[in-house]
Amino acid sequence: MKPVIEMNKIVKNYAMGDVVVRALRGVDVIINESDFVAIMGASGSGKSTLMNIIGCLDDATEGNYQLDGSNTNSLNKDQYADIRNQKIGFVFQGFNLLPRTTALENVELPLLYDRKERIKNPRQQAIKALESVGLADRMDHVPNQLSGGQQQRVAIARALVNDPAIILADEPTGNLDSKTSVEVMSVFQELNEQGKTIILVTHENDIAQYAKRTIVLRDGHVIQDDKVEQQQSAKKVLANWIEE
Amino acid sequence: MKWNRIQKIALQSIMKNKMRSILTSLGIIIGVCSVIVMVAVGQGSQAQIEKQINSLGTNLLMVFPGSSNQGGVHQGAGSMNKMKLSDCEAILEEAVHVKYVSASVRAGGQIIGGTGNWNSSVEGVSEQFLDIRDWDLASGEFFTVKDVKYKKKVAVLGKTVADELFPDMEAIGEKIRINNTPFTVIGVLEEKGQTGMGNDQDDTILAPATTVLTRLKGKDKINMIYVSANSLEEIDAAQAEVEEIMRREHDIDYGDDDDFQIRSQTEITEMASETSETLTLLLAAIAGVSLIVGGIGIMNIMLVSVTERTREIGIRLSIGARSHDVLTQFLAESITLSFIGGVIGILLAIGISLFMNNFTEIYTVINPTIVFLSMAFSAAVGIFFGYYPARKAANLNPIDALRYE
Ligand SMILES: Nc1ncnc2c1ncn2[C@@H]1O[C@H](COP(=O)(O)OP(=O)(O)OP(=O)(O)O)[C@@H](O)[C@H]1O
Ligand SMILES: [Mg+2]
Repeated sequence: MKPVIEMNKIVKNYAMGDVVVRALRGVDVIINESDFVAIMGASGSGKSTLMNIIGCLDDATEGNYQLDGSNTNSLNKDQYADIRNQKIGFVFQGFNLLPRTTALENVELPLLYDRKERIKNPRQQAIKALESVGLADRMDHVPNQLSGGQQQRVAIARALVNDPAIILADEPTGNLDSKTSVEVMSVFQELNEQGKTIILVTHENDIAQYAKRTIVLRDGHVIQDDKVEQQQSAKKVLANWIEE
Repeated sequence: MKWNRIQKIALQSIMKNKMRSILTSLGIIIGVCSVIVMVAVGQGSQAQIEKQINSLGTNLLMVFPGSSNQGGVHQGAGSMNKMKLSDCEAILEEAVHVKYVSASVRAGGQIIGGTGNWNSSVEGVSEQFLDIRDWDLASGEFFTVKDVKYKKKVAVLGKTVADELFPDMEAIGEKIRINNTPFTVIGVLEEKGQTGMGNDQDDTILAPATTVLTRLKGKDKINMIYVSANSLEEIDAAQAEVEEIMRREHDIDYGDDDDFQIRSQTEITEMASETSETLTLLLAAIAGVSLIVGGIGIMNIMLVSVTERTREIGIRLSIGARSHDVLTQFLAESITLSFIGGVIGILLAIGISLFMNNFTEIYTVINPTIVFLSMAFSAAVGIFFGYYPARKAANLNPIDALRYE
């Protein structure tokens, strides 16, 4: 298995006036292609900070981050942007959809910024992505006409529309009820089966059981890194779902 | 990234934020429109005054009584006035650069005749007056050299007077009384309209200068002399000749000042257009202020909207837009809005100007340079303030932009 993410002694400090917040204090992580990782840890342990660095949305203060075999330290802003556009799909904790913009237009957006124009018909591709998250009938709705779960799925459709190798999701089930959470996990599992590397942040042990591996952070350190013994199948769980 | 994709994104953004788009364009619309209209009003009045003065006559010189070093054109027809009909005769006979000469003797009067009673002014002139003023008759005929010589009591009515006294009958051949002196109407003048200052040029009666002097004034002093030079080129020569002849006629010694003054039409035009240029300048200044206010409006909306839009910029950056793409989008948006606003502003200004020309007393002339300049200024403001704050936001890293409050 080829490693896609190799992090070596990653440190992230936030300077807040005189105080320095040490959000990450030397994180070493290697994640292979087609892995499915759940990152866990208490609030403030540095999960989002780590995800942002993996997603090339933010730089590390110190350390070495190799993405797909190349060192990210040497990249310029535009190359970072291109990686975000083509290699990574990011699902934010707070969705970050464009307001007053339909689901379809939101999902189409990453394709419009693809300067290689790998996908010839952006609109068609966006429709396919929305169908794959079960939102075919909500394409013309704007975010404030959608429920939290629906917005979450629009955000997921936007993350996968560019067919990225890695999908990062920061608490994708944080605002969802338990059934919708499992539905969302089944989408991720399906993508993982297609060979995509999935990394998600969660607080819930149940959710982590749908992954292949869990990493636990505490105070900016990795304190635990385990294989999931018995990976749950979201599809099976849904099939046997009993409404409470 | 392809331009048409950016354009698509920019257009989407304009349509999604209609209020913001309308407000931005409105600043430009008001700025462009007010500048164009204001300057058009100023230049319109200037053009009208010039037209007015040119309609006084062709290649015209006017001789007024009074010494020029005492300032002012009109010294009144008081003791200073030594101008007489004989001056006119001398000029007509001797000056080789002069084509037509006419005295002007004004008298106010109560006019009775036909069905009415009308207060108007009578101007005593020579038979060459119509040629000098480039005026025509609507009907009848003008008085002749003989009429002038024999002080015939004939009159030619302006349109207004004719309409007042003879509303539904032919005026020619009728008798009227001016201050109790009977005159026969022999012609009616073509309509000339109002002057720039609102005087009705048709509210006048023309009669031989000789008749007016003896019958209505009872003295021999004339108010002024109209002189028409052979051509535009000969105006200066004509002026010199007239001065020489007048000095001789008035027995003015060498070295003494003239007791009259000569004004050429160009001088008068210059004097009048100086005033109207001041007016234009004033209007342009007011318009400039409104342009600046419009500009500040655009600037505010742009600045506020970029603050609002920093999150949007963060979202775009996070899904892989390069900062250059975001900037191009903002630029495309502000160019589009400035352009649309500018075009609407220009069309609106043209509409207002046409309306004024057709339905009001105000005459306007649209100046293409001003159209271009105001458009360029507004566009520059719109584009600069659309682009400049966006540049700051586009250079943030995506996370900082997303967190921006
Ligand atoms: N922009 C920032 N400026 C200053 N401090 C920050 C900033 N972002 C994060 N931090 C701090 O870094 C630490 C880690 O934050 P992070 O958001 O990664 O936590 P988290 O594990 O995602 O928490 P949660 O589960 O609540 O989302 C926290 O102490 C937080 O206060
Ligand atoms: Mg977090």
